[in-house]
Amino acid sequence: MDSFSLEYLWLIPLLPFLAFVVIALFTRRWARLSAYISILAIVASLVVSAWALLSLVVAFLGHATGEELVKQVTLTWFSAGGVDFPIGLIIDPLTAMMLIVVTVISLLVQLFSQGYMVVKDDHGNLKKDPGYGRYFAFISLFTMSMLILVLANNFLQIYIAWELVGLCSYLLIGFWYDKTYPDGSISPAQAAKKAFLTTRLGDLGLLVGILIIYMTTGSFVFTDVEEAIKAGHLAGGLLTVAMIGVFLGAVGKSAQFPLHVWLPDAMEGPTPVSALIHAATMVAAGVYLVARTFEMFAASPDQQALLVVAYIGGFTALFAASMGLVMNDIKKVMAYSTISQLGYMMMGLGVGAYAAGVFHLFNHAFFKALLFLGSGSVIYAAHHEQDMRRMGGLGKRLPVTMITMIFASLALAGLPPFSGFWSKDEILAGAAGKDQLLYIVGSLAALFTAFYVFRAIFLTFTGEYRGAQGGYDAHGGHDDHGHGGHGGGLESIKESPLVMLIPLILLALASLFSGFLGSPFMGNAFQSFIEKGAELHEEINYTVMISSVLIAVVGISLASLVYYFKVIPADLISKPLPWLHAFVLNKYAMDDLYLWIVNNVVLGFSRAALWFDIHIVDGIVNAVASVIGGFGGTLRRVETGRAPNYGLAIFAGAIIISGILIFGGSPR
Amino acid sequence: MNPGYLTLIVFVPLLGAIVTALMPKDNIRAIRFSAAGFSFIALVLSAIVWIRYDTALAGMQFVEQATWIPSLGIKYFMGVDGLSLPMVFLTTLLTFLAVLASWNIKLRPKLYFSLLLLLEMGIAGVFTSLDLLLFFLFWEVELIPMYLLIVIWGGQRREYAAIKFVLYTLAGSALMLAGILALYFYADPIVSGRTFDMLELAKTNYTAQYGAAFSSVVFFLLLIGFVIKLPSFPFHTWLPDAHVEAPTAVSVILAGVLLKMGGYAIIRINASILPQALQDWSYLLAGLAVVSVIYGAATSMVQNDMKKMVAYSSVSHMGYVLLGIAALTPTSMNGAVLQMFTHGTITGMLFLLVGVVYDKAHTRLISEFGGLAKRMPLYAALFVTAGLASLGLPGLSGFVAEFTVFVGSYLNPNMQLFTIIAAAGIVITAGYITWMLQRVFFGPLRFGDAIKESEHIQDVRGLEVVPLVTLLAIIIAVGVYPSLVTDLINTGVAPVMTQFVKAGL
Repeated sequence: MDSFSLEYLWLIPLLPFLAFVVIALFTRRWARLSAYISILAIVASLVVSAWALLSLVVAFLGHATGEELVKQVTLTWFSAGGVDFPIGLIIDPLTAMMLIVVTVISLLVQLFSQGYMVVKDDHGNLKKDPGYGRYFAFISLFTMSMLILVLANNFLQIYIAWELVGLCSYLLIGFWYDKTYPDGSISPAQAAKKAFLTTRLGDLGLLVGILIIYMTTGSFVFTDVEEAIKAGHLAGGLLTVAMIGVFLGAVGKSAQFPLHVWLPDAMEGPTPVSALIHAATMVAAGVYLVARTFEMFAASPDQQALLVVAYIGGFTALFAASMGLVMNDIKKVMAYSTISQLGYMMMGLGVGAYAAGVFHLFNHAFFKALLFLGSGSVIYAAHHEQDMRRMGGLGKRLPVTMITMIFASLALAGLPPFSGFWSKDEILAGAAGKDQLLYIVGSLAALFTAFYVFRAIFLTFTGEYRGAQGGYDAHGGHDDHGHGGHGGGLESIKESPLVMLIPLILLALASLFSGFLGSPFMGNAFQSFIEKGAELHEEINYTVMISSVLIAVVGISLASLVYYFKVIPADLISKPLPWLHAFVLNKYAMDDLYLWIVNNVVLGFSRAALWFDIHIVDGIVNAVASVIGGFGGTLRRVETGRAPNYGLAIFAGAIIISGILIFGGSPR
Repeated sequence: MNPGYLTLIVFVPLLGAIVTALMPKDNIRAIRFSAAGFSFIALVLSAIVWIRYDTALAGMQFVEQATWIPSLGIKYFMGVDGLSLPMVFLTTLLTFLAVLASWNIKLRPKLYFSLLLLLEMGIAGVFTSLDLLLFFLFWEVELIPMYLLIVIWGGQRREYAAIKFVLYTLAGSALMLAGILALYFYADPIVSGRTFDMLELAKTNYTAQYGAAFSSVVFFLLLIGFVIKLPSFPFHTWLPDAHVEAPTAVSVILAGVLLKMGGYAIIRINASILPQALQDWSYLLAGLAVVSVIYGAATSMVQNDMKKMVAYSSVSHMGYVLLGIAALTPTSMNGAVLQMFTHGTITGMLFLLVGVVYDKAHTRLISEFGGLAKRMPLYAALFVTAGLASLGLPGLSGFVAEFTVFVGSYLNPNMQLFTIIAAAGIVITAGYITWMLQRVFFGPLRFGDAIKESEHIQDVRGLEVVPLVTLLAIIIAVGVYPSLVTDLINTGVAPVMTQFVKAGL
């Protein structure tokens, strides 16, 4: 640890920031150069981050524990009326791990984007997207913001970064800002707005939480707040309320029920953006925030705040997974999967399996980024088709994409030895030890997960190619930013270029191996590191382990029976219960509910306020004016042209009165 | 050494108005450059004052004092501190930018620029006067050019709007004058003397001497004029009318600094001279503030005219100023002043932006546009950034001010509920801003029927960009490094807060 100086940490967000400034101001017209600048900056950040992690790991292996593994610095950003608003950095195992996740995924996504962000010109030749420079500028800005977020040692800074990543999400979801759909489905610009507003609603909770915390503890800095809570300055119901406020912010950002509605629509953004922001990093920020402030949550009376986290997380895991079962758009399946998995992590944290929740965040970042980039590779190859009903049989044409995606799917389904197994199993074990209901919910969600992801795999890669038939009304091609159209048969589909395949392959290796870091074979090294060397007393719960493997196997088998072997009809449930299928496909009508609230409650209140303003408030003003003699005449005759003179007369009066007062007042 | 900076800042614009008025009528270049030159000199002078202001010493600096009417205790008394200096700077800055933004004005440019400079004189005078009568005089002087600017260069219903503005302000002024006289006549002859000197008057404890009823009456006499200016619900309806009718540059000054006269005066006069009364009525003020925030935001949501939307959003944003004042903590007060400063720059920029598109399209209706980002990428980028500043995005100055108000107000245990409700305003603000951005700038390029020659609608360039980028630079600078302003404001807030300590509050 001593080999690493805190000063270098500033470089980690600074370098992508510089890339953003340079691209935005100077090089955005030179597409290739802009991409290289952005990639160069992230590589440099990655190197510094790796250095920071390594120094921590070395210290950890040298048996440093607890506070020896934490370094932080706090400076005053500005002070107002005696309150110091801080800016600071912290490096500890949790932050170091996040730094690596963010920089690695950002780098791979940027490499992939070089191949992906192209359009066909009128002659069918590929050229860079017209917004290529802008794209890389925004990606750099996002990476900077996300790095500031994980480096923050205080609530103020995390709130700032929180809003900034939200901004980048807004800008990137709406990247193809001029696109609309003839059928009126949500456009990128609308999706961007929806994401921004939904998350901001959650941020209000975070803001209030921060206000309570500062008011009672007198500090924004995490470690100070923890001390103050231990000392009893913030306790009881108020602490629970404050932490639920903080959690509301996480609910928005990590798309937990009931603020999850923005994430599926966020798929309007370019697919690599979905991988980076809406799968691996930003949406995990909510989980990170709960992890970062875990001790504060745990300090609430009877751990009520943690209980809320656990139940919201558990419910979201199952709820979102159920929607993943029926979606036809490959990106939508992945989006619901992300919501569900984030719920899993929340549930893990909520039941007190802190390290397991963080471990799942770590593993999920890689395999879910891979699922999205793989989907991007499919979409790219299939001429911007996203509807799985128009795919099928693509495996023969896209072998690398298929194999890497199967790796990621096995990790997601939780089959050993793939990464997801190790962390998911620990979360379930944690739930089993705490609350049987959550364990059952989690297991059921796991079953759904294994089923829906392999449903997607089979529909996409196996069977007959259905693309040329058409016949489905549903519009695919949301990601259709080119002029490619849906022409050509299976022969026209070719594997993506190497610059896109290399990130897939690297992520596939991570999906296979990242779980070993926290496996019992390595003494749960990952968890022990994250817990700063605390003694872990984890016994392997073989019942949970075996049942969770069985669940994954059953889910995958069922999917294969329905969608590969086709021995079970796909409409087994939807045929007798069409309303149920329609209800789930319609996202449990939650979008309709929110739309109704916005149109009727929010806009209704606003219209009422405006009516009140025009007819009551201003009405009284005009009435008063007409009652008071003279004034009324003025207001009624305003169109006659004599009004200016009237006004001037009044001025003259005022000035004369002032003059008399000043020069002729009675001497005292 | 003080060569009378403040006198120069106030009267250089007057000189400029006279010189501009004397320019030959057809020499439009001379007229423009005269106006730009004099307003630029005032800007440079106020920048010098800011740079030379010693935050370590704090208190009133660059003080100029001369007896005027000794028999009545009226003085020519000027000075600036951390409260007024940011406002003076804002006044000179926005006037200069307003001149640039009016460069191509066709109708009677000579009179127009002269009035703009006269307006600057009046406002700068309000922020620098430390004698209540001098303050009142400048307060009234500002009305005349403002009235004429709206009534001659305004839109369709300019006469209604201008008269409404004048009558509303005059009604407030009449009460204010009574309040000032009450302060004057009831001042403690021993500690304050017979004077209109604000600093001397602040030494009298009116509540202790004459009771809470008396000080409350005086408090409201003064307050009503100020909350009309601010404006706070329910005294705000003159504002949207005035804004919609006023030409762009006048709107910039109106929203940018004229409204700040209200907030500034509440702190300088109500809080400093009648602290006990402010404390007694803080719930009422906070209530008005919260209603202004939510109500202003809600009414902004359903506007189709972009300018009206920005006007109503000002009601909402100035509500944070009133909340910060009502909460009575040093931090909230600092946030209130900071909010005034940042709102001046952000709303100034928004009005300039709306003016740009109005010049080109001759309409400001949101429904007439779509996908403008395709045609005007730089303009869209600037508008989006200004919108984000307005909705309080970190990294831009609006966030710093709002967050400071929230933290400061929440520190007062009695104000916590008000603070939380006001904080909900940030969600509504985000709603109307992003909704407007989506309809105007995103989607396919589209022009409504009201727009005749859409090919004339091209991206901003040249002189249009200068004021926008200048304001953006300040918005970013304060957003990233707030100490630029907060250190100064701290020194201005501290003496106000000692008034509360002295009053035993």
